[in-house]
Amino acid sequence: MMMFTLERRPAPSRLWSLAAPLLALALAVVLSAVLFAALGHPPLRALYVYFVEPLSSMWSLEELAVKATPLLLIGAGLALAYRANVWNIGAEGQLIMGAIAGSAIPILWPGWNDPLAMVAMLLLGMAGGAAWAAIPAFLKNRFNTNEILTSLMLVYVAGLFLDWLVRGPWRDPMGFNFPKSVAFEGWHVLPVLSGRVHVGFVLAGVAVIVLWLMLSHMRFGFAVRVQGVSPRAARFSGFSAASITMHVMLFSGALAGLAGIGEVAGVIGHLQPSISPGYGFAAIIVAVLGRLSPWGVLFAAFLLALTYLGGEAAQLALGMPAKVAQALQGMLLFLILGADVLVHYRIVRRGAKREGTA
Amino acid sequence: MSGLEAFLLTVIAASTPLLLAALGELVVERAGVLNLGVEGMMATGAVIAFAVALATGSPLLGVLAGALAGAAVALPFVFLTQVLAANQVASGLALALFGLGLSGLIGEGFVGQPGVRLERLHIPGLSDIPFIGPVLFGHDVLVYLSFFMTAAVAWFLFRTRAGLILRAVGTNHTAAHALGHPVRLVRTLAILFGGVMAGLAGAYLSVSYTPQWVEDMTAGRGWIALALVVFATWRPLRVLAGAYLFGAVWILGLHAQAAGYGLPPQFLSALPYLATIAALVLISRNRTLTLTNTPAMIGQPFMPER
Repeated sequence: MMMFTLERRPAPSRLWSLAAPLLALALAVVLSAVLFAALGHPPLRALYVYFVEPLSSMWSLEELAVKATPLLLIGAGLALAYRANVWNIGAEGQLIMGAIAGSAIPILWPGWNDPLAMVAMLLLGMAGGAAWAAIPAFLKNRFNTNEILTSLMLVYVAGLFLDWLVRGPWRDPMGFNFPKSVAFEGWHVLPVLSGRVHVGFVLAGVAVIVLWLMLSHMRFGFAVRVQGVSPRAARFSGFSAASITMHVMLFSGALAGLAGIGEVAGVIGHLQPSISPGYGFAAIIVAVLGRLSPWGVLFAAFLLALTYLGGEAAQLALGMPAKVAQALQGMLLFLILGADVLVHYRIVRRGAKREGTA
Repeated sequence: MSGLEAFLLTVIAASTPLLLAALGELVVERAGVLNLGVEGMMATGAVIAFAVALATGSPLLGVLAGALAGAAVALPFVFLTQVLAANQVASGLALALFGLGLSGLIGEGFVGQPGVRLERLHIPGLSDIPFIGPVLFGHDVLVYLSFFMTAAVAWFLFRTRAGLILRAVGTNHTAAHALGHPVRLVRTLAILFGGVMAGLAGAYLSVSYTPQWVEDMTAGRGWIALALVVFATWRPLRVLAGAYLFGAVWILGLHAQAAGYGLPPQFLSALPYLATIAALVLISRNRTLTLTNTPAMIGQPFMPER
């Protein structure tokens, strides 16, 4: 039936662990061209509009950083969780709860408007995201529930809660009945670095460094890595599985919450029913494409940011549907997972004589 | 139409897509594969069924196309998990994201267009009996198919040799392979069956439940179906019971909104998701129950050593 078969390598291939993501990217470009052609656009022009043009001006490079900010924050958190084999896929909900918690200050106490209020907003954002992520962690530890399903269900609950707030108690009374909160002002808006890039971009960089420190220099990071490979051995590292689960969920939830308040206080400027184009889900791809490593996440976040930015450009210039970004992201994840096989397996011809292990 | 009759009819309508999708996933998981992409296959099935029904004027052709589309979009997942032995959790998430994106892409032009409704069967005599007629004999073909498939899956899994092999593959793939059973072929067929069932569930949404296309109209039903399989401890008849329980919760939320008990509608819309979490807690806390019923090989890739 099959001409070729896979044979496990004695050790993971160094060459392919670098080449596999690049191969996946090359295939993604080819398949995108096919997709664009299927949508009725000249493929080369569409590829240029989607992937090249957004990188050709200062303005769009800033936009790239704006979109990379939440992806970096969430991706760094998820990388740690996935290292421990804890599948938090509800980051989108944690982002929303962080945005809500942080927005409590400008909406409920608009009078408190000084630098300290801004710090409090960021801290509340992290607390909101962490608290939302603690629910699936607690349920997993206490009742053995599957964190994939519970964290995802909570995305819908968070979305409905935000919807209620901005249409109900938190709606701007002067807002002509639009479902949005009062506009944030003064210190309730995050300081801008350049263009629309806000201070959250720096925090995202810090998050990546923290992830690196944890994984390479801290006992907890070591325990997380051991837990991912062998849950039994992890017990000897001095951390229980339950404690690791809770801590990686709190960490990833807090970063998703920070991304949420960053979007609201740094980019949008008020609360509204929809505050994220699926950053929490795209960040799953960031973590996987980045091989759950800090520097990989850094690279992957900018790449995924480009899929969003290119999607907007293609929408404006070519009238492509908005969902094209999500379809490309899903395809990219398929290709990464496929290419990754080359790291652990080699392709051999069926029936060919086995060569000595080289 | 009495209030109870209307309630039962809407519960049946809300439960059918959950039942169809969960039955498919049950077979997939019994074969030892975890496919988290149900939501994506369902969304793809929904948009293709809508489009084909609109283009041909035949809702039945739409349903058929939706079923095939659900299986077709699962092909990359089959290739990744069965040929390349890739991580099933990540591959399933990729399928969910890809299916949702693709369905939005295809459906862009259909937003706001009136769809074609799958007609309800009318059995002369039986369908005209008051109360019993509409509740038992007045549904479209997919509702009856969902009941038929419940029985068929139960019979297949526990009464046929092929079903025994499928369960063996899900319980111990090394032993099944040693006995000469084609592990990866069995799993591939199971995944495609899951795709067909998820596609049917999506088709039900877009040509029967609400004959229209709305982006993300699956609204998490694919994920709830996954939870249902756990809740039902991998048993077809319990999936039926669970699907109707969840359908009833969904409809109670809608009815409570209409009645307006002063509760915000968003709180009632959140009910199915909260109920899903509650159900998972209820069943998972009993570790022996889940441990003895979970297919042992679930999520573990199989690669025959040469």
